[in-house]
Amino acid sequence: MSAVDSHTAAPGGSARAAGIAMAIGRFLLIAITTYLGLLAVTFFIGRVIPIDPVLAVLGDRARADVVERTRREMGLDLPLIEQFYIYVKNALSGNFGTSVLTTNPVMVDIRRVFPATIELATVGTLIGTLIGVPLGVLAAVKRGSFIDQIVRVIGLVGYSVPIFWLGLLGLVLFYAKLQWVAFPGRLDIVYQYTFTPITGFYLLDAAWQGQWDVFRDALRHIILPAALLGYFSLAYISRMTRSFMLNELAQEYIVAARAKGLSETRIIWAHALRNAAVPLITVIALSYAGLLEGSVLTETVFAWPGIGLYITNSLQNADMNAVLGGTIIIGSVFIAINLLSDLLYQVLDPRTKSA
Amino acid sequence: MSGNLLQVEDLRVTFPTRTGAIEAVRGVSFSLGRERLGIVGESGSGKSQTGRAIMQLTPPQAKVSAKKLSFDGIDLLTASAAERRALRGKRIAMILQDPKYSLDPVMTIGRQIVETLRTHEKVGRAEARERTLAMLEAVQIRDPKRVFDLHPHEVSGGMGQRAMIAMMLIAGPELMIADEPTSALDVTVQLDVLAILDKLVSERGMGLIFISHDLRLVSSFCDRVIVMYAGKVVEQLKASELSNAQHPYTRGLLNCMPRIGDDRHPLPVLERKPEWAA
Repeated sequence: MSAVDSHTAAPGGSARAAGIAMAIGRFLLIAITTYLGLLAVTFFIGRVIPIDPVLAVLGDRARADVVERTRREMGLDLPLIEQFYIYVKNALSGNFGTSVLTTNPVMVDIRRVFPATIELATVGTLIGTLIGVPLGVLAAVKRGSFIDQIVRVIGLVGYSVPIFWLGLLGLVLFYAKLQWVAFPGRLDIVYQYTFTPITGFYLLDAAWQGQWDVFRDALRHIILPAALLGYFSLAYISRMTRSFMLNELAQEYIVAARAKGLSETRIIWAHALRNAAVPLITVIALSYAGLLEGSVLTETVFAWPGIGLYITNSLQNADMNAVLGGTIIIGSVFIAINLLSDLLYQVLDPRTKSA
Repeated sequence: MSGNLLQVEDLRVTFPTRTGAIEAVRGVSFSLGRERLGIVGESGSGKSQTGRAIMQLTPPQAKVSAKKLSFDGIDLLTASAAERRALRGKRIAMILQDPKYSLDPVMTIGRQIVETLRTHEKVGRAEARERTLAMLEAVQIRDPKRVFDLHPHEVSGGMGQRAMIAMMLIAGPELMIADEPTSALDVTVQLDVLAILDKLVSERGMGLIFISHDLRLVSSFCDRVIVMYAGKVVEQLKASELSNAQHPYTRGLLNCMPRIGDDRHPLPVLERKPEWAA
């Protein structure tokens, strides 16, 4: 942290701030074009799939004149380019139409389900990072040893075992047998009616309102699915950390740090890992974004009312507004996380600032 | 000169490989007082591994053995990891070849120098900063306050190597091992950096091991020269008497040096006889 402090305190601080402002501007431009591309693709998908949106709304018994009127009301008689313009305008103002399935505006549904996914993915990524990075460092430092092999096996299992199978196994063991965790869902039924969430992040909301019994209950519900997602991302993060660390530990500045008489602990954590952190940020961000896409399998097994479950349900009911709206939201978050990781990359690696 | 600072006897560094052990250093012996010793040799002659073995910085898979390897009466071979660490940086320091790779790219120069100091001495932040700035000035960096906050990629090679010297000298070592300290620098900067190193080493009365492939540089800079070939010392002599070298390999090296106004055809080729390595 103090490395960042000394940057801003440096005489070149203002030049650096200007550089970062430039970078933000450039990234925003990239983000906007990417976003437009995303909208174009979703629009295209919405138009080519063999699902008639009018049919989805009215059912197949409606009279021909009603169908025609509805088609006009939905703007489907307009030229494609005009339809796209309206689509973009609506998407930018967060209007994705109404979900046929829930009869709510799609945005309202997403505001309800997305926080559940974000909460799960965040706790999962935290677990994956806080355990995966130290494991990877350990494996790199003790390269070829028994510990390295164990970390390799842990990673391999996490990477290759299907997550729904592990999830069911976890439920059988920790819920049914040991009763350590709560049953599927986000809260016990008792709390579902007494607790009013503010942001939709139950852990945060409960802590904010000082309802610690709710907090504990939410934690008991989230811990198993989050641990599974965490294990999955841990597998990837630990492998990448190991390889980045091996690369850094072979550098000359490590020899110089040893020649200075620094302790191995300091060499590993303050020098090697600090350098390995630069590419590692991208890995962690991408893994986080991957979890945000909605882990449909995990959400299904744990009855977690997240966006993965929502989109899957909508898809099975040909509810295209919900599917496309959800896709756009996930895409936007993906773009935002990429942007953020690129910015963080710039902060962590001083060499990128002059580029 | 007396060999009271560093004594090396029959030093061997072996790397086990799939096809058998490779001996990088095969029985090197010398002793060193507070003087300048040059070690010259071609690539792969074991000169760098000799320097690293003294610092105990050989790669973990390498085996180091010696009849005697002692620094100021401390047996380096039996010293514990903590004892060796206390020596490194504090009493024996090392300058590496290329500041582009030997400085941590994501840490400011100032912090890297402060780090050496605070590893070995209990000093406060403010004092560490003061002493670092003074050290930067001692290596003739004109604007120490500015350079303190720069990252290694923001300075030139010459400036980087001066920062490296500052980083390795700040804890006041008695022995400095300089492993090709100027080979990666521009020719014009080489002399500046050497002059700084020369001045600081003599001011502080340090011992210096200067590892280089540049025979002329070594002879002008050091008191004594060791010539290494295939992991062995083939000749040891005073720098002033280099022109009277006896060993054919040393003579070959000397013969290869270009002379102004000497248009030699064909260019001499260095001879390598297996019996020298035996």
